[in-house]
Amino acid sequence: MTAELTAAKPQNIKRPRDIKRPQAKSRIRPAIGYLLLCLIALAFLSPLIYMVATSFKDPAEVFGIPPTLFGSAFRWQNYTEALNYLPFLRFMGNGLLVAGLGTILNVTVSVLSGYAFSRLRWRGRNLIFVVFLATLMIPQEVLVVPMFVMMQQIGWVNTFQSLIVPWAFTAFGAFLLRQFFLGVPQELDDAARVDGAGTVKTFLLVMLPLAGPTLAVLAVFSFIGYWNSFLWPLIVINDVSNLGTVPLGLQMFFSAQGSQWHLVMAAAVISMAPTLLLLILLQKHLVKGIATSGLGGR
Amino acid sequence: MTVPIGSGTALLESAEEELAHAKQDEASRRHVGRKTGWGGAFAAPHGAGLAIFTLLPIAVSLVISLFNWPLLGTPSFLGLDNYTKILTDPIFGQVVLNTVLFVVLYVPLNLVVSLGLAAWLTPRIKGRHIFRVIFFIPAITPVVANVVVWRLLYQQGGLIDGIMQTTTGVAAPNFLGDENWAMIAIVVMSVWQGFGYNMLIFSAALDAVPENLTEAAQIDGANAWTIFWKIKLAMISPSIFFATMMTLITSFQVFAQPFILTKGGPGSSTSTIVLYIYNQGFQFHQLGLASAAAWVLFVIILGVTAVQFLGQKKWVHYDG
Repeated sequence: MTAELTAAKPQNIKRPRDIKRPQAKSRIRPAIGYLLLCLIALAFLSPLIYMVATSFKDPAEVFGIPPTLFGSAFRWQNYTEALNYLPFLRFMGNGLLVAGLGTILNVTVSVLSGYAFSRLRWRGRNLIFVVFLATLMIPQEVLVVPMFVMMQQIGWVNTFQSLIVPWAFTAFGAFLLRQFFLGVPQELDDAARVDGAGTVKTFLLVMLPLAGPTLAVLAVFSFIGYWNSFLWPLIVINDVSNLGTVPLGLQMFFSAQGSQWHLVMAAAVISMAPTLLLLILLQKHLVKGIATSGLGGR
Repeated sequence: MTVPIGSGTALLESAEEELAHAKQDEASRRHVGRKTGWGGAFAAPHGAGLAIFTLLPIAVSLVISLFNWPLLGTPSFLGLDNYTKILTDPIFGQVVLNTVLFVVLYVPLNLVVSLGLAAWLTPRIKGRHIFRVIFFIPAITPVVANVVVWRLLYQQGGLIDGIMQTTTGVAAPNFLGDENWAMIAIVVMSVWQGFGYNMLIFSAALDAVPENLTEAAQIDGANAWTIFWKIKLAMISPSIFFATMMTLITSFQVFAQPFILTKGGPGSSTSTIVLYIYNQGFQFHQLGLASAAAWVLFVIILGVTAVQFLGQKKWVHYDG
């Protein structure tokens, strides 16, 4: 509605939102609804709460009827025992290395191609972009077997490279960055050109700084995807105690120590900590990024 | 596999639009851009990587599926034998049925829960952002950790069993060891873990429904219920379509939950297609069979996607 129309409206007509004002008596219903919502959220969180509680229990108190939330004492040494039983700190370090390098590679190639697909004109651009988009529809599982055979051929089985490199070239980043660059005004380009900047200089000094927030969202998605990745490491890494990442280590730990629930839960808490921290710190951007791009690594 | 973003999960709806835009752009030269020698160079690293690690594997996969290809040792050509083998294998038949059962139970539940909560978390709810983040937590924590916790809940003598014995005096069913319960247990766990994504997408879409539309309906006497069903749902139908599509595709690829909760059992009642691919390829060392199964999965996903696209005209409204 334009300003003129609003101004022309007679003053004594009620604004539409006043027509159905919530009455005073219906105060109770929202309160009950809110309480219900809180209960649902609590129920939803209960597995995680139970996980944390169990991670501090004495092994003898994990099972029992009636079940208890907390044991008789906080057993902090569950964590040191879990860390000592398997090299969990090494898994975390491996995970950081793999996810960190993979993210850098992913973001780098994505920002370059995203720029090329949006602001540079070159032969074959649209055709290649269509191929990029088409690859988004291929399930990873189809790629796992041939990828393993390829890794065998080049001797990458059981290496960090095999965890990092194959998954750094997914097309999503190019798509996201292209969207962003299309929204940047052409005048900026022209101004840079007038100032004598070439394509590379314009990209590095004008475009790259502008893309910061979009790059950050892509980086976080990419990092979480690498950090949580499970099927591929399970296939390509045999030497888990040296090269394992966190999910792989946790799974091995679980298979070996399935009865030691207090330790397994401590290990699970540890494995969740980094991504949880990331979510809490960056929730605004992350939530917005997922809601608008409709994507994340599932 | 939860791999770096986006691959596997499809940006179908946006992709379609994008393609249209790309063509339009070229025609109208709206996004002129610079014509320099740099375009190809900027796209080359990404393009090369994608060619080597996505396009080449697809070709390789087709080749492998035509061979008896052991994990170690020399492959020998078989032709279509792997395909006839898996298509006549009763276990593969069951694995496909299990996967379909998972999809049929999981997808509607996921959509109802995520849509319901998104609709509930209107801007009027205090602290809605906190609720959103809470429901999103399991979606970004390692699947393995989530599944391990649920194993403890489902376990005989575990939390659910313990609560039931205390309150009703009756033991809970053996969720993971009973053929009738195992799949349900996996579905419930998966919905808990996965609906956060769709809830965020629906939330954003609902927030974007213009207020003057709902206000106009209010003046016409529509109640909240009608407004939700007749207006909001129609307005966000593109998002629902997109989310349905992605959820369908990813749910056909379910792996970690059955792998850790039940190992596909009891019997093979919770074994899924990807679990079958993993077992054939990396437990029984039959990479040819595994590749053939992967292609069957791919064809199923393509088919379902195509049906979705054909069906969308009936219920998806894009405002023009």
